[in-house]
Amino acid sequence: MKLVVAIVRPERLNEILEALYRADVRGLTLSRVRGHGGETEAVETYRGMTVKVELHDKVRLEIGVSDNFVDPTVRAILSAGATGEVGDGKVFVLPVEKVYRIRTGEEDRSAVTPITTEESGV
Amino acid sequence: MTPISPADTAWMLVATAMVLVMTPALGFFYGGMVRAKNTLNTMMMSYIALGFLGIGWVVIGYSLAFSTGSSWVGGVDYAFFNNVGLDPKGTIPHVLFAAYQATFAIITAALISGAIVERMRFGPYLTFITLWSIVVYAPIAHWVWGGGWLGKLGALDFAGGTVVHINAAAAALVVAVVLGARKDYARQAIIPQNVPFTLLGAGLLWFGWFGFNGGSALAANASAALAFANTMFAPMATLVVWSLLDMTRTRKTTAIGAATAIVVGLVAITPAAGFVSPVSGIAIGGIAAVPSYFGILWRARTRLDDSLDVVAAHGLGGIVGALLTGVLAQKVWNGTADGALFGNVAQLGIQFAAVAATIVYSAVGTFVILKLVALVAPLRASTKEEGIGMDVTQHGEEAYSRGDGAILVHADRG
Repeated sequence: MKLVVAIVRPERLNEILEALYRADVRGLTLSRVRGHGGETEAVETYRGMTVKVELHDKVRLEIGVSDNFVDPTVRAILSAGATGEVGDGKVFVLPVEKVYRIRTGEEDRSAVTPITTEESGV
Repeated sequence: MTPISPADTAWMLVATAMVLVMTPALGFFYGGMVRAKNTLNTMMMSYIALGFLGIGWVVIGYSLAFSTGSSWVGGVDYAFFNNVGLDPKGTIPHVLFAAYQATFAIITAALISGAIVERMRFGPYLTFITLWSIVVYAPIAHWVWGGGWLGKLGALDFAGGTVVHINAAAAALVVAVVLGARKDYARQAIIPQNVPFTLLGAGLLWFGWFGFNGGSALAANASAALAFANTMFAPMATLVVWSLLDMTRTRKTTAIGAATAIVVGLVAITPAAGFVSPVSGIAIGGIAAVPSYFGILWRARTRLDDSLDVVAAHGLGGIVGALLTGVLAQKVWNGTADGALFGNVAQLGIQFAAVAATIVYSAVGTFVILKLVALVAPLRASTKEEGIGMDVTQHGEEAYSRGDGAILVHADRG
């Protein structure tokens, strides 16, 4: 099992969610974050005050997946999230020690994407 | 020449300020319904109209609308407010009459912005509405109120059902089609960012509308009182009918629906306000809810991205009001004309002509102005700018900035 953590552009979020859905990736968590990945600052002006906004709105996705699903998940995010410009974000793949599904107490592979494990033989 | 009446002047001073407030109110009404990243842009489309259209009105708009000219358009006698002084116009100072009419010109053009939010570049928008108020609004105002052909024909438009609402809605339809839909339209759920803003805007619009309709009597008299009462009761009827439609369809009464109903009722009673009895006004308000309600439901399933439903609210509401004015007007209430229900069937035909002429002229004029502006600059923001949001890309500001990572720089030192 892996935890896929992706930091993506908010304006690409819907496309990414669509791509993940098509790749049969179901369970995910989303948070609104701010970050900086080397893109140029936006300049904003409020009365006499000019500010460079170095931190941009980003969305952080956390997706727990079984090993076979790591690749489809990452590829879905890369293809749907890329605009080709600086600031598209990052995908991190992290090892996971244990996973529990709270509702059923299921553990590990049966607790993450895909939802039906045994039957589909993944 | 009638002398200036202090009572009439007092009321018209207040009414003018009340109508002016409707434009910021419209900014709140519209601003609540867009996404957070487009809040300021949407509100600015209304606020900026106060400046550019107000000054355009002084320079030439007022003259084209209200100075003596042909049946089609006024002359240039009042350009730069020449000859607009303290002498009486009716029973109020001429300069007050001109200021009162300026507030109408401003809000009419600002109404159009609801059709093109979240995608139109700000510079071309400004150029468009400024030209539009001079080339489209001023002549139509002249037709009805400035001594033009519709007024001579006997068209009844107490406070601007055709001149303001049908006119703005026809323009809104054309500009929405010319610009095309937002990139996310019908692909993603585009959810209102702040429904309380929309409710606040609707409330303030209602308040201002007492000046809009009540002030259109241009005096503190019985006609103003009738218009005032109708402005109060007609939207109440719309609110009731709209809520019942909502309840029947979804078992819930929505807040955005309530805000919309208030505006639809106000639009519908506008042409009728000083011409019909309060009971007829209630009928107009109640009836007007139906086409607008179902128009909004239908429009959302089409490719027509009239984003905030200017056509359904102001167009359909305005047409219902204008035609029913021709049905329900009563000489015993207005001293001018009866409608079809009271024996004057021809009035309905005149009303229909006024509606049709306004739609045709407004649509054609809007299309020509848009194409001219598009020759100089693209009308639409790029897809990327649309994605980032119009607040940052058009204004360099955010409505809800958290200030994280904002570093102070001094512009003058680079």
